[in-house]
Amino acid sequence: MKVYKNYEEKYKLLKSGSLSLKENVQHFLNKIDKQKHLNAFNFVFEDSLEQAAKVEKKIKSGSAGKLAGMVIAVKDVLAVKDKPLTCSSNILKNFISIYTATAVQKLIDEDAIIIGKTNCDEFAMGSSNENSAFGPVKNPHDLQRVPGGSSGGSAAAVTSGLCDAALGTDTGGSIRQPAAFCGVYGLKPTYGRVSRYGLTAYASSFDSIGPFANNIEDIALILQVISGYDKKDSTSSTLAVENYSNLLEENPPNLKIGLPKEYFGKGLDLEINLTINNVVENLRGHGFSVSEISLPMTEYAIAAYYILTTAEASSNLARYDAVKYGYRSKQKGDLSDMYINSRSEAFGHEVKRRIMLGTYVLSAGYYDAYYGKAQKVRRLFKNDFDKAFQSVDIIITPTTPTTAFKIGEQTSDPLQMYLNDIYTTSANLAGIPGLNIPVGKDKKGLPIGMQLLANQFQETKLLQLAYYLQKSFFNR
Amino acid sequence: MNKKYEAVIGLEVHAQLLTNTKIFCGCSTKFGNPPNSNVCPVCLGHPGVLPVLNKKVVEFSVLMGIAVNCRINEKSILARKNYFYPDLPKGYQISQYEKPICEHGYIFVDKSDGSQKKIRIKRIHMEEDAGKLIHDQGYDTFVDANRCGTPLIEIVTEPDINTPEEAYLYLNKIKQIVTYLGICDGNMEEGSLRCDANVSVRLKGEEKLGTKTEVKNMNSFRFVEKALEYEIERQIDILDSGGKIVQQTLLWNSDLNKIIPMRSKEEAHDYRYFPDPDLVPVVVDENWKSEIAKSLPELPDKRRTRFIQQYILPEYDAGVLTSSKQLADYYEDVIKETKNYKAASNWIMVDVLKIVNEEKIDIKDFRIPPQNLGKLINLIDNGIISGKIAKEIFLEMLRTGSDPEKIVKEKNLIQITDVDFINSTIDDVLNNNKSQVEEYLSGKEKVMGFLVGQIMKATKGKASPQMVNEILRSKLSSIKN
Repeated sequence: MKVYKNYEEKYKLLKSGSLSLKENVQHFLNKIDKQKHLNAFNFVFEDSLEQAAKVEKKIKSGSAGKLAGMVIAVKDVLAVKDKPLTCSSNILKNFISIYTATAVQKLIDEDAIIIGKTNCDEFAMGSSNENSAFGPVKNPHDLQRVPGGSSGGSAAAVTSGLCDAALGTDTGGSIRQPAAFCGVYGLKPTYGRVSRYGLTAYASSFDSIGPFANNIEDIALILQVISGYDKKDSTSSTLAVENYSNLLEENPPNLKIGLPKEYFGKGLDLEINLTINNVVENLRGHGFSVSEISLPMTEYAIAAYYILTTAEASSNLARYDAVKYGYRSKQKGDLSDMYINSRSEAFGHEVKRRIMLGTYVLSAGYYDAYYGKAQKVRRLFKNDFDKAFQSVDIIITPTTPTTAFKIGEQTSDPLQMYLNDIYTTSANLAGIPGLNIPVGKDKKGLPIGMQLLANQFQETKLLQLAYYLQKSFFNR
Repeated sequence: MNKKYEAVIGLEVHAQLLTNTKIFCGCSTKFGNPPNSNVCPVCLGHPGVLPVLNKKVVEFSVLMGIAVNCRINEKSILARKNYFYPDLPKGYQISQYEKPICEHGYIFVDKSDGSQKKIRIKRIHMEEDAGKLIHDQGYDTFVDANRCGTPLIEIVTEPDINTPEEAYLYLNKIKQIVTYLGICDGNMEEGSLRCDANVSVRLKGEEKLGTKTEVKNMNSFRFVEKALEYEIERQIDILDSGGKIVQQTLLWNSDLNKIIPMRSKEEAHDYRYFPDPDLVPVVVDENWKSEIAKSLPELPDKRRTRFIQQYILPEYDAGVLTSSKQLADYYEDVIKETKNYKAASNWIMVDVLKIVNEEKIDIKDFRIPPQNLGKLINLIDNGIISGKIAKEIFLEMLRTGSDPEKIVKEKNLIQITDVDFINSTIDDVLNNNKSQVEEYLSGKEKVMGFLVGQIMKATKGKASPQMVNEILRSKLSSIKN
C-alpha cells in the first residue's frame, strides 16, 4: 500500500485513484487484527468498509468533506449511535448508545471513517490503561510497558499505525501523557473549545476531547473540525474557530517561551530533562526568546485536582444505578441491596476509590475544608497562568516525569500513580490548552514527550510552534 | 388550640411550570401520554448527555419573583442534589442551593377576622421534577420517566405562619398568583401544586423556636389545614405532658386522618449539593428583568381593589370574583355586555358558581358564554322578562348554549306589560276566588301572595310582577273602601 506522511498526502492519493480507500480501510482492519495483542481496541467497526465505499464515491464526485477518508478511532467513552459505549467498565459492558457525540458527528459529517472504539482506563480514570474491564493496553514500543492513560488505546493505535488518527479525552493528562509514552502528538484543547456532548463525564469541568496523530498537520485539521459552539453543551464557547490548518505554516511570530522552574526540579527523569533542554537551546539558537518563569501553585496541582475531579465523578457516576440500563447484580435483596451489589460488583477498584473520595469531600461538614478550598485553589491556578502569559506566549514543560513504566509496576501505590499527572493536571485546572510533542527517545528506546501550554483559546500558537519544531528539528 | 402555645409554620410549595418543553431538554411536558414516551437520552440520564436550561423556566421564575416582591438575583447557580432513587435517572436532581433565582419576598393574606398578615418568602428556586414509580402492575415496580425534567419552582416561606388558617390562606394566595401569571395550573389534587410544611410549637412569648417536624403528602388545600391542626395538637399534647418533640419527617394519611412517621432510613440524607459543572450561571440582567416584568398581568389584590372602585362592588363580591383569574375575566366579559355591575356579580356568585361547584368544573368550561349572561341581565333591566322567567331562561341557556334573546322569542316569554290585559286577568282571578278575597279583607294579608300566584299562573308567569302587585293592591283597597 502507498504510504503517506499526513492526511493532505493521503487525500491526493485517494483523489488521483492511486490509493483505494476500501483497500486502505481493509489494511487497517487487518493490522488491528494482527496487533490484537496490544489490546488497543474494545470494538472494531466492520461497517467501516461500507463507509469507505460511500466516501470513495463522494471523493470521485468532488462532494467529499474536509476529512474524507481519514480513518479515525475514538476512545470508548465517546457515544456513537448504535455502537457499544462501555467506558471500559463492566457496568456498561452491554450498553449500546442511542445517539452520537457532537465531536464524533462532526468527524462523520466531514466524511471521516470511524474504525472502532479504543480501550482506556475505566471511565477515563487512570494513568496507565491498567484499569480497564477489557484488560491493559500494551505500549507498542515495549510490550512489557504501559501506553499511559487514560486514552492508552488511542495513543497505542496511532503510534502503531492501526488508524490515521484517534480521539481521546483529557481530564488531567489523559491525552498528553499517553501521547508522550507512545511518541505521538496529542492535543488537549481549551476547556469549552470542543463540545462535550456525548463524552461520558468523568469530571465535567475538566473533561476535554482532543486528537492524537503522527503529525501536527492532522492535529490542526481535526481540531478545526471538532471545535465550535454546540447548543447541546452550555459550557462550549461561542468564540469563532480559527483556521488552524491555514495558520500552521505561518512562522511563529516571535513567540516568547517560558520555562517554569517548578517543572524541572526533583522527580524529573534526567534524560527527559536533557532532551527538553536540548530542544529549548535549539529554539534559543533560532532566535526565540526563552526565559525562566514561576508557577508557584504547581505543588498543589495534584491535591486540588483529585479533590475536585473525584467530587464531580462521585455525582457523574451516580447514574450507573442498575435501574435503567447497564449491569444489574443477580443477588436478591431490596432496592438498596440492588444499588450496592450492582455497583460493588461492576465498578473497578480505581473507580470505587474515586467515588468514595469524591463522596467524602462533598459530604456535610467536610465540603468547605475540601471541595470549597480546592475551588479557591483552582482560581489561583488560573491567576498563576494569567500572570505567566502576560510575559510569555508558550510555556514548555516535560509532559511526564518519566518515560513509560512497566505494567503492574505502580498499581499497588495509587499516590505514586497519581504523580504521573504532575505536569499535566495544571492545564485542566486552568482550562488552558496543552500539546504533547514527541521529542526523542531515552536509552531504553522509549519515547520522550514535551508539553507546550498556551493561554485559553491560543491553540494556534501551540500548533505553529509544534509545526516549526517538526519541520526544523525533527525533519518530519 | 391551647392558648398557652403558639405554632410556627414554614411552607415549601412546589409549582409545576406550564412550559411546553422540559427544563433541560426538548421533550414535551404533556400530561397523560403513554409511559416513557416523552423521553430522550438527556432526561433518561444516558452516558454523555448534558442539560441545557430552558429559557422559559427562567422567565416564569422571575415573573413569580416579581409578583411576590422578591429580589431577583442577577446571577444564580444551578446545583446538584445527590441521592439515589429509581425515579431519578441521573442519581442527582438539578436544583438550586446557595444562589437561588429569587430571594426575600413577601405577600399579604386577608384573615377571616378582617386583619391582614404579612408572610415573608425566603426564596424561590428552579428545579427539575423526578419521574413516577408504577407499583400496580404485578410484582415488579416500573419507572415512568415522562415527568423527569418537568420544570418546577419551589417557593419557601420564612417561619411566619402561625395557624392552619394562615397556611391555608397563604397556599390559596400562591395558587391565585401562579394561575393569574399563567405559569402553573395550581391543581393540588393532580400534583401540579405540592406543599410540605415545617411545624414547631412554643410557649407564647418565647423567642426560641421549638423542635420542628416536617409534614409531607398533604395533597389538597383541606388536607393542609387538617394535617397542620393535627400536628400542632400532637406537639402541644407532647409538650404539655412534659415530653420532647422528635425531629422527623411525617406523612399525612388522608384515609386515616392522621400523621404517620416516615421511615428514618428514608430521611437520613446528605444531599452533597455542589454547583452543577455542566451548566453556566444563570444571568438575569436589568434588561431581561424589565422585559419579563412587562408581561406581568394585573395581580389579584390589585384587581380586587379596582373592581371595588371601578364597578362599585362590595368588598365581598370583589373578593369572590377575583379569587381566580378566569372568574374575574368571565365577570369582566359579562359587563362588556351590560352596565348592571352588581346584577352581573349576583348572577355569577349565585347562579354561575352554583353550577360550577356542583359539576366541579372550571369556569372556562362553563357552558354559558359571558356575553349571553350579559344579554340576559339586559333583558330583565329593560323590562322584557321578569327575574323569574330569567332563571328559567338561564337553565335553558345552560342546556342548549343558546342566546337568551332567541330563547325569549322562540318561547314567547316576553313579559306582559299590557295594562288592560293585566286588569282583566286580575278581575277574573278575583271573581273566581271570592272567599280568599273575603279573607284578605278581614285582615289576612298573607292571602295577597296566593292571589299574585294565581294571576302569574294565569299569565304563565309572563305578567310583569311589579304591575300585577300595583294593580292588585289598588283593586283590593278600592273593594275594601
